Amino acid sequence: MGIDRRAFLKIAGLSTILGLGGKAAFDILAPGELEASTNAASPGAGKRWAMAIDARLVDDKVISEATSACHRHHNVPDLDSAKEEIKWIWEEDYEHSFPGHQHEFVSDDIKHAKFLLLCNHCSNPPCCRVCPTKATWQRADGIVMMDPHRCIGCRFCMAACPFGARSFNWGDPRRVTRVPELVAKNQGFPYNKDYPTRAKGVVEKCTFCVDLLEKGEQPLCMTAANKVKKGSFTFGDLSDPESPIRSLLRKRYSLRRKFELGTNPNVFYLI
Amino acid sequence: MLDTVLKGKQGYWGWLIFLLAIMGVGLGCYLYQFQEGLRITGMSRDVSWGFYIAQFTYLVGVAASGVMVVLPYYLHDYKAFGRITILGEFLAIAAVTMCILFIFVDLGNPVRIMNVLLYPTPNSILFWDMIVLNGYLLLNLFIGWNVLSAERKGTHYPSWVKVLIYISIPWAFSIHTVTAFLYAGLPGRHYWLSAILAARFLASAFCSGPALLLLLCLIVRKVSKFDPGKEQIRTLGGIIAYAMLLNVFFFILELFTAFYSQIPGHMHSFQFLFSGLEGHGRLAPWMWTAAGFAFVAVLLLVIPATRRKEDTLAIACVSVIIATWIDKGLGLVIGGFTPNPFGRVTDYWPTTPEILITLGVWATGFFILTVLYKMAVSIKEEVGA
Ligand code: SF4
Ligand code: SF4
Repeated sequence: MGIDRRAFLKIAGLSTILGLGGKAAFDILAPGELEASTNAASPGAGKRWAMAIDARLVDDKVISEATSACHRHHNVPDLDSAKEEIKWIWEEDYEHSFPGHQHEFVSDDIKHAKFLLLCNHCSNPPCCRVCPTKATWQRADGIVMMDPHRCIGCRFCMAACPFGARSFNWGDPRRVTRVPELVAKNQGFPYNKDYPTRAKGVVEKCTFCVDLLEKGEQPLCMTAANKVKKGSFTFGDLSDPESPIRSLLRKRYSLRRKFELGTNPNVFYLI
Repeated sequence: MLDTVLKGKQGYWGWLIFLLAIMGVGLGCYLYQFQEGLRITGMSRDVSWGFYIAQFTYLVGVAASGVMVVLPYYLHDYKAFGRITILGEFLAIAAVTMCILFIFVDLGNPVRIMNVLLYPTPNSILFWDMIVLNGYLLLNLFIGWNVLSAERKGTHYPSWVKVLIYISIPWAFSIHTVTAFLYAGLPGRHYWLSAILAARFLASAFCSGPALLLLLCLIVRKVSKFDPGKEQIRTLGGIIAYAMLLNVFFFILELFTAFYSQIPGHMHSFQFLFSGLEGHGRLAPWMWTAAGFAFVAVLLLVIPATRRKEDTLAIACVSVIIATWIDKGLGLVIGGFTPNPFGRVTDYWPTTPEILITLGVWATGFFILTVLYKMAVSIKEEVGA
């Protein structure tokens, strides 16, 4: 390497300040060094979490079990309004999951396939790049986090996310326990007393169940989905060549949403 | 100098009270929004910025345009503009104040606004926007105040003010460039993801801002003994003409790229704005209205006879303002969010409280503008300029 470690860390740091994106600079200046240099303190360092969803196995039951497991654990309210909808994981058809990819002769099974969409925990996340308060940021293991206590609700991250993965609390989500029309739809809210509810005016989204990962467990959508259809979801560490997700991706053809935008999504759809 | 603000005719007080009333209604609606959250607006998961951010964007342009009178005077020694630089600077102060207010009312969590300073994040364009906007506000406050008080005393302003003036010139360009960067660097929003967006912003700023300034000059001449001057107005007309032509030209460049390449993503927003998409065409009449006014404006500005006659020039200015306001204050933000990341169309229209809050902010801006102009004009009358 023609540039010593200290010097390249400096350049990489500088280019981050200049907004060039530290990761990109690392990749150019010293491919592979990022893992080594960030391993030290941050949780999950050296890993790159990813999810693979088998579109062939996803059916209505998988969808309802996975979404309700997620939304109940994370106290996502049903606000009964498309305008104010909050969702962390949701169903979408092929045409709208991969806009621009559909054509009139696409095979029937793909045309009618159902997809589960969620935050892609992009390796190069534009949402984190634009946030003015670091209320959304990327952990060393790639998980893109949200701090609802710091978010000022500017919604810059929502404009920046090309996947529509972020929801905003346009009003107080806790009103589902007070407003009569909403109470019936949200019996038992907050469903999970150990997980915080959010306040109005902040953004939220999927966390890859980081709280469970830290306990060595798996994301809830996956656990729920695999109970219905074994193997419909696979979760794992992409940096480990022996991980089940890596071997699955070696075997099966996979799609990622809008890969051409360079955000490097970590949710793969097997077709 | 504030003494001049407290002496005025009936019309002056009547106008201020009228503005205060609108501000009061706006404040009332804001308190309601503060209580209920932004759900009282028309914004949604898909169109997550709306009227507020659009007004903000438009007004950054108005603020930046002050430089169009400052630059010829200080850099090209164009003496005639010496009479009206203060009007440009005071317009900038009012406009930036409105910008900051529009950002504020758009925040989901306004009490946390200081987080932007507590956790400075240089990779966020919003962080830089905050710096350039506040910097521009301070620059214009210092410059305007010092230049005007020197004029009153019949002295020359201190030389450090000159340094600030030179700084303020590139600074004005920076505020609108940085504001364009808020949009132009977002992946997947094709309408905004355009290298020419900052240039387009500047062009539309440098026609709409001076157009407003020109109208204000005409009003000042009517209501006071201070005449901003025939030559000044004529030169402003020329500036507006060039900038408006550039603005239209840049827009046509966008149209060419989108429609000659035939790339769907590049065409969708334009189709949505001008003809509607998937049956959603609420903005189309607005956009065609803008196109119509732009056409009228260009015509009146290009033909020397109509540009030089003050009443036709005034009509041209009104047309410029309407056209650019619809383009930037309505089309830009809504068009950028449509279609949404899934290729669907979600309608957005501002709600009544949203519009009242918007009017409240505009009224606040005009209140500040009136008071500042009253001050400037009184002093100009006093020294018999
Ligand atoms: S999917 Fe959107 S919210 Fe999630 S990491 Fe990527 S850009 Fe950010
Ligand atoms: S809404 Fe919150 S998380 Fe999103 S960019 Fe603004 S401060 Fe950051």
